[in-house]
Amino acid sequence: MTAPILTVTDLKVWFDVRKPGAMPWVKPRSLKAVDGVSFELSAGETLGIVGESGCGKSTLARAVMQMVPIEDGRVVWLGDDLTGLDTRQMRKHRSQMQMIFQDPLASLNPRMTIGQIVAEPLKTHFPNLSASEIKAKVREVLDRVGILPNLVNRYPHEFSGGQCQRIGIARALVVNPQLIICDEPVSALDVSIQAQVVNLLMKLQKDTGVSLIFIAHDLSVVKHISDRVMVLYLGNVMEIATSKQLYANPKHPYTEALISAVPIPDPKLEKAKEVMLLDMDLPSPLDPPSGCVFRTRCPLAQPVCAEVKPPLEDKGEGQLVACHFR
Amino acid sequence: MSLANLNPQQPKTAEMAEHMAEVKGRSLWADARVRFVRNKAAMVSLVVLILVFLFAFFGHLLTPYDNETIDWNVLGNVAKVGQPSFENRHYFGFDDSGRDLYSRVVQGTQISLMVGIVGAMIAVIVGTIYGAVAGFVGGRIDNAMMRFVDIAMSIPYMFVLILLLVVFGRSIGMLFVGIGLTAWLDMSRIVRGQTLSIKNKEFIEAAVATGVRTPTIIRRHIVPNLLGVVVVYATLLVPQMILTESFISFLGLGVQEPLTSWGALISQGTSTMNYGTLWQLFFPLAFFVVTIFAFFFIGDGLRDALDPKDR
Repeated sequence: MTAPILTVTDLKVWFDVRKPGAMPWVKPRSLKAVDGVSFELSAGETLGIVGESGCGKSTLARAVMQMVPIEDGRVVWLGDDLTGLDTRQMRKHRSQMQMIFQDPLASLNPRMTIGQIVAEPLKTHFPNLSASEIKAKVREVLDRVGILPNLVNRYPHEFSGGQCQRIGIARALVVNPQLIICDEPVSALDVSIQAQVVNLLMKLQKDTGVSLIFIAHDLSVVKHISDRVMVLYLGNVMEIATSKQLYANPKHPYTEALISAVPIPDPKLEKAKEVMLLDMDLPSPLDPPSGCVFRTRCPLAQPVCAEVKPPLEDKGEGQLVACHFR
Repeated sequence: MSLANLNPQQPKTAEMAEHMAEVKGRSLWADARVRFVRNKAAMVSLVVLILVFLFAFFGHLLTPYDNETIDWNVLGNVAKVGQPSFENRHYFGFDDSGRDLYSRVVQGTQISLMVGIVGAMIAVIVGTIYGAVAGFVGGRIDNAMMRFVDIAMSIPYMFVLILLLVVFGRSIGMLFVGIGLTAWLDMSRIVRGQTLSIKNKEFIEAAVATGVRTPTIIRRHIVPNLLGVVVVYATLLVPQMILTESFISFLGLGVQEPLTSWGALISQGTSTMNYGTLWQLFFPLAFFVVTIFAFFFIGDGLRDALDPKDR
């Protein structure tokens, strides 16, 4: 593996939450959306991030992009520490890392034509380009994502969800970034369109060597696209492994439960399959359990889990697991 | 699997597309225009309003009389000899002082429309900027700005307006100041609310992630999406301004002689109602009512046309 382009060390994002109606001098409680996440990403690699709703996937992505205030930790991008950079210094790096969003239509300004939308990152980062150069580049990138370039003067509401997502991908791609963060890019699309978009992303990755951080809650999609997968629970990493390892041999009990819940497209097998159901709901991130955050729902929980937080350890062949018993 | 496998036609169509002309898209504005044109009440109102504007700007060309000359033969005997008539070209008759009422109404229309439009423009510009900044910046600044609006709103504005006119003298400038001071408050609230909902849309996040500068985000992404609401509210604000001015003038505090406005003319018309000169009330009142109606219908039409849910 090549040297990592992105190194995240012990990243923490806490939000202040005030009780409704609280007096201004009452100290707000902190919601630990991301609580000590570390990972590395190499050039051309795809890292999948999975976890339940509210486990901090999107917040982690936004923290990497420096779009939410970071409590603690470091984000090192191509050797530069991004934490603590002001908006001007950060702007230089923004052309290198782009983002794709969940709701394809909402991520495009309804008052702009798709040509203007795709040209915006170019105009922001390369203000010296002439209008014809911008136009040529926009047409080229639209062609690459499978949108007819003669539609540049159309508006987002004239396109379908899948097409809008392609336009979003074109906007991310137009400045030749080294990293694209995809925040649930296929969750709002139906299955056949999902496949098109995922395959498009994989093809573009092969052509350009861009790294991807792919956030989703659909495990089968993540398995298809990812080289490595990170499992998050309540803002903590439960397991990081290559997608082959993770799906064949999940080590963490939470990963096991997640994978057992993936539906199999065969009614007979699906009926015979045993789903590992977890008790109770996700605990509140305002008041996470002590020690291991998963212990309240874990079938293996022992008294030690309440006291010592399990470190993320290599349990063989680079499979990192945070559990005392596996 | 590559894209070409997904859609074997694709490379071919892309090639064809190179030779095709660029398709022109239909913007949301174009869509709205189509819906607005289909709205009959709004279109009729638009025509009426254009006629009223033409009357205000070119009405004086149709009469040989100006709005200042007093006809001494009529003065004191207006009810008998001052009636509207086409023969002597006093289309709307005379006012109580023996002046040509038609010219007076032209002058009043100019002043009333100016007050309405300038007042609404002050409100729209100040309110939009104030509201957009408060909404987009958020946090403490937003809180402070909006609490100031709350306090300013809790003062009865008619009282402030009357006090201003009494203390600083009755002039049209003071009237603008007084109306401008209060009219932008509602606007800023509406715009702030709208900004808050736009601010959390993903396309704003996309712009932030790309590194677009904040003033550019407000100019390119926030304001164009606010315009629908602002335009509708502005068209509803104009008649409100005209009403306020008329009310103040009716009280005798607003526009002063020799200037006049619809409110002042209606006021004079009412005071002479008992002497049989009803046309002095009828003509300014008719213009006033028709214009206000037209503005309301247009505002309504715009609201329906710009409502994205109606798409």
